[in-house]
Amino acid sequence: METSEKNAMEELGISKDYQYGFHDDIKPTFKSRKGLDESVINQMCDIKGEPDWMRQYRLEAYKIFRQKPMTRWGGDLSQLDFDDIYYYVKASDRSERSWDDVPDDIKKTFDRLGIPEAERKFLAGVGAQYDSEVVYHNIVEELDKIGVVFLDTDTAIKEYPDLVKKYFGTIIPSADNQFAALNSAVWSGGSFVYVPPGVKVEYPLQAYFRINSENMGQFERTLIIADEGSQVHYVEGCTAPTFSSESLHSAVVEIVCMKGSRVRYTTIQNWANNVYNLVTKRAFAYEDAQMEWVDGNLGSKLTMKYPSVYMMEPGARGDILSIAFASKGQHQDAGAKVYHCAPHTTSQITSKSISKDGGRSSYRGWVDVAKGAKGCKSHVVCDALILDKHSRSDTYPVIEIGENDTNIEHEARVSKIGEEQLFYLMSRGLSEEEASTMIVNGFIEPLVKELPMEYAVEMNRLIQLQMEGSVG
Amino acid sequence: MANELTIKDLHISVQGNPIIKGLNLSVQQGEIHALMGPNGSGKSTLAKGLMGHPLYEVDSGEVIFDGVDVLELEPNERAKLGLFLAFQYPTAIPGVSLANFLRLAVSAVRGKEANGSEKDGLIPMREFRRELREKMQQLGVDDSFARRYLNDGFSGGELKRAEILQLAMLEPKIAILDETDSGLDIDAVRIVGESVSQLIGPDLGVLIITHYPRLLDYIRPQFVHILLDGRVVESGGWELTQVLEAEGYDPIREKHGIDE
Ligand SMILES: Nc1ncnc2c1ncn2[C@@H]1O[C@H](COP(=O)(O)OP(=O)(O)O)[C@@H](O)[C@H]1O
Ligand SMILES: [Mg+2]
Repeated sequence: METSEKNAMEELGISKDYQYGFHDDIKPTFKSRKGLDESVINQMCDIKGEPDWMRQYRLEAYKIFRQKPMTRWGGDLSQLDFDDIYYYVKASDRSERSWDDVPDDIKKTFDRLGIPEAERKFLAGVGAQYDSEVVYHNIVEELDKIGVVFLDTDTAIKEYPDLVKKYFGTIIPSADNQFAALNSAVWSGGSFVYVPPGVKVEYPLQAYFRINSENMGQFERTLIIADEGSQVHYVEGCTAPTFSSESLHSAVVEIVCMKGSRVRYTTIQNWANNVYNLVTKRAFAYEDAQMEWVDGNLGSKLTMKYPSVYMMEPGARGDILSIAFASKGQHQDAGAKVYHCAPHTTSQITSKSISKDGGRSSYRGWVDVAKGAKGCKSHVVCDALILDKHSRSDTYPVIEIGENDTNIEHEARVSKIGEEQLFYLMSRGLSEEEASTMIVNGFIEPLVKELPMEYAVEMNRLIQLQMEGSVG
Repeated sequence: MANELTIKDLHISVQGNPIIKGLNLSVQQGEIHALMGPNGSGKSTLAKGLMGHPLYEVDSGEVIFDGVDVLELEPNERAKLGLFLAFQYPTAIPGVSLANFLRLAVSAVRGKEANGSEKDGLIPMREFRRELREKMQQLGVDDSFARRYLNDGFSGGELKRAEILQLAMLEPKIAILDETDSGLDIDAVRIVGESVSQLIGPDLGVLIITHYPRLLDYIRPQFVHILLDGRVVESGGWELTQVLEAEGYDPIREKHGIDE
């Protein structure tokens, strides 16, 4: 790293992100011992200087976590050893990493993805934080003028204690599931967003800019509150492979969409192959509010993620668009859940999966219509593309209807890349690999076109990368 | 020098059934040939076999172009050599825009060297856009075509015009048009016919495959061949189409002792 840049960073007190890989090279300022008990949690609260209510909240959640049996559905979690995990690592304020230390194959990946230099260094955990920090500060200043809060959740607890306390854990209680309990006990980082009534945020808020010592952690906790009539689009993740030395990542995302508001939450994740990515995402949508989840999952060893929308009042709408790419040794257990708790609510689930080189993708969906919730509509489309005979795709849809006056449609399709499609494209000069890549990119286009431009471009390149060497 | 596509004693079978049985035909750059034959006579089998479809198996024979053994090549290598097939039933590729696909196809066919300094090996976006717009105007194709998903939800006429647009962009040396007139109303046939005739010149050889000579009113072939029983049984000039129009295939079948 350039000395001047390093000094500038030190002066600003900008810290490093430990979890962008290359863990060995960094010196964390604090690392809890492996495994979890109350003392680890207490120690964590002390270091963070958290208010007492949060300490109690964590300890309570820890008890629940211990009481919950191991999750037995979804993917295979038998190799997950809770005692072999560091639950709290506070990153050091500076590190000796430089671009030269980044392994060649990772540099090559960045190259292939065409990621801009500044972003590359950031992704690799070197350099660019400085730039991003400046960008973040500019954004926060802009947001301040319209009353929007965009902070990491740790800071939000200190600066907006009442607001956080009012909603934290109300959408996803600790007792919801084993991993929500774990996250509630040990969470760090994540984003807190509050959008005041009637305010429309015109550009996507990107977690990417929210640089902080505990950004994109193992146990992120995100809370978004969209007040009446407001609008916001939040984007997290990045398409570059996220290198992590920690094998368990378990985030919780809670969203409150008040009357007439509109929230879109976009995620693109591409974890390293050793990672268990077990995420709970849920939104409550009140009268005429609209919640959209756009969720792309690549990489990881096992991903279990089912973004959900509870439509609490009439006119609410939930849209969930998800895509999963399962390659060798990977299981993407993804899907969606919608709960029509009030009459005249509408949902749309679109799930696309691609399985390749022995990868497995499953769609797990839940459509629930409460008794008395008349005039609800739900449309589910599941499309699976299987690229070879070693790969696998399953669908586990559940539909619970407590009301006759509803309109629910479910379509599921499994397809292979057609010989005719391949021949057509090849007869126009494309190689077999280019042709299959093009077909796969076309398959996920409905998701990609919903992404912000730069993510869309990276997503297509990433698919290209995933497809390389897959044919011939 | 004009190159010639030479087909010698070609045998093609589909799922073990011999369909093309000893076919001979030569098409030179700059020449226009018509290959006529009734439904099911093997016209599409020949076309796909020439382009290298894996389902259409060449059992024996020779196909040479530009001194190269075509049968040894993958379909994309045949395209690079200068062969083009306008499909009777073009396949839809959902989610892939015609423009994105064509940029890749044009870049592949012209080769990396021709595409200048672009590091991804693709023809520069601006240059490509200009060329595409030009060709679309020339062929009277609507601008919105470029953004639509390839052949997805296209009408019969749109499918065929998209094929001709690709032909115009890829600038092949030999183009095989497989029933480019079928399934179209009279106006659509005229539009397609006029579009193709605009592309005709000394560098393009065309093999028009049809079972009904409507398209030939717009593109006059110099050579006409009749396909029956997997072989070219008659070759001649324009007069052959007149004979067919007047008498149908039966007298020719009879003459060559071919059962229907
Ligand atoms: N994909 C295929 N699968 C099975 N049979 C085929 C296939 N394509 C062609 N055939 C058979 O080959 C013969 C010739 O068909 P085709 O080449 O399509 O004729 P034409 O184009 O002259 O109408 C027919 O008997 C047809 O059934
Ligand atoms: Mg045919």
